[in-house]
Amino acid sequence: MANTATEPDAKAPAGDGLDRQLLQGRPHQRHGGLWLTAAIVLFAIFLISYSLITNPRFEWNVVFGWFTSERLFTGLLRTLGLTAISMAVGIVVGVLLALARLAPNAVVAGTAAFLVWLFRGVPVFVQLLFWGFIAAIYPRIAVGVPFGPEFFSVDANVLITPFMAAILGLGLNEGAYMSEIVRAGLLSVNRGQTEAATALGMRRFAILSRVVLPQAMKIIIPPTGNQTISMLKTTSLVSVLAFPELLYSAQLVYSANFKTIPLLIAASMWYLLVTSILSLGQYFIERHFNRGGITPGRSTRRTRKAKAENSRTAPQEVQP
Amino acid sequence: MTEVMIEAQGVTKSFGDLEVLNGIDLTIPKGSVTCIIGPSGSGKSTFLRCINQLETLDGGYILVEGQPVGVKVRKGRLHAQNNAEAAKMRENIGMVFQSFNLFPHMTVLENICEAPVRVKKESRKAVQDRAKILLERVGLSEKVHAYPASLSGGQQQRVAIARALAMEPRLMLFDEPTSALDPELVGEVLDVMRKLADGGMTMIVVTHEIGFAREVGDHLIFMDGGGIVEQGDPRTVLSDPQHVRTKQFLAKVI
Repeated sequence: MANTATEPDAKAPAGDGLDRQLLQGRPHQRHGGLWLTAAIVLFAIFLISYSLITNPRFEWNVVFGWFTSERLFTGLLRTLGLTAISMAVGIVVGVLLALARLAPNAVVAGTAAFLVWLFRGVPVFVQLLFWGFIAAIYPRIAVGVPFGPEFFSVDANVLITPFMAAILGLGLNEGAYMSEIVRAGLLSVNRGQTEAATALGMRRFAILSRVVLPQAMKIIIPPTGNQTISMLKTTSLVSVLAFPELLYSAQLVYSANFKTIPLLIAASMWYLLVTSILSLGQYFIERHFNRGGITPGRSTRRTRKAKAENSRTAPQEVQP
Repeated sequence: MTEVMIEAQGVTKSFGDLEVLNGIDLTIPKGSVTCIIGPSGSGKSTFLRCINQLETLDGGYILVEGQPVGVKVRKGRLHAQNNAEAAKMRENIGMVFQSFNLFPHMTVLENICEAPVRVKKESRKAVQDRAKILLERVGLSEKVHAYPASLSGGQQQRVAIARALAMEPRLMLFDEPTSALDPELVGEVLDVMRKLADGGMTMIVVTHEIGFAREVGDHLIFMDGGGIVEQGDPRTVLSDPQHVRTKQFLAKVI
């Protein structure tokens, strides 16, 4: 035989007393420890579930009654709106601050760095209070020439409603965090990409929007998803401004009927449900921005199309 | 008298205290292939990057087709070009990089069509047709819809050449186009460049491929220490170098 050197006969007795046939198999696995741990955990889960169901003070009928109530649902819609608008403001402010920090002008870059320091350093709860009490500092907000004539002015309490105060507080704080995320994304894109686009005669804006940002997205999207989920929950702080979002709606109800725990549970269930949906959405967005990278096992419409085209024309592997 | 593509006079460039170009004088006629060789750090890539303003000059001037690079003369005074003017000049100068620099989030076709469609505002259909012809010329017709990550280095560099050619440049700059490639992939890229040279394209090639310089080059420049040490007909310079530094360098690379 030609290949005895590489493939010894399994049945041939080898001098070292090892059973070659036995070595071909896979080792026996012991699962005893796994089963025991699983049993302990399952028992603990059973105990907690039992208490959740049997403890009358959870008042599950009250929970589900309020969970589907119009008042909480209206509050939820306000929470969603607040989350969306605050995130939108945060992303726009974040991109602007990130670009400003990367600008060659030191005054612009320094100012942006200062604003990030300020809006990130003061707790968002305190910032919300400041915006809520803005009328105490600037009773009237005017448009006009600085130190010159003013065209019109508005009462600050009319312009900065609790809703506006919430958007400003949440949006600017978010902008500071987003600017760091966007900046990290922009810096992650290889310099060669900008150079290649520049050499092709592309203008600055086109290089940013067509070449750099789409690649930065891969870095920017996952933490932005986290920020959105975090924002959804941070909006509950707005209850301090007496803006009836989800938590404050629940508080208004339980301050009247004293069903505190059931209402907090009902609100929590909504928070959990929306967070779960957002997490799912993040998965799909990440997959979209990952195109062009090689990730085995995942395929998008575009990569499938590319693969199909390639396999049609690629030479078939020659079988010996 | 042949037309001049590039005229450079007294070009200097420093990075901090380090002087990388110390006065380059050079004339390159249209339709010629000029190869620049020299040890790393000799300033050859920097000079190439000065031509399309990826670096700014500290002193001297460069004219591309008689147009000054990076500056404009207005009312007898010298002004810096703005971004749009610089970009306009780059449209006519193709560049191929050592590290390919294809856009990874775009397919091969999108890579090639991006600049002609966005910058020259050509119709997408016309550009796509041209892109397919270019891909055929570089032997990659079957990779139209592939992403760069699925291509070999040699294939990526050939796409990068097609991408530069899609802008229909009058001058092509090659910055060590084969230095990042596995040895067996170098040939396919050099073949494409050879065909391009045969087609009459004006090319400046910074390279370590002495064979390519000898066979394809019309003119060879040896740079060292930020200056041109020796230049002339490639066959003459390579077989009979006059300068001691040229001799030392060639003894090492051949």
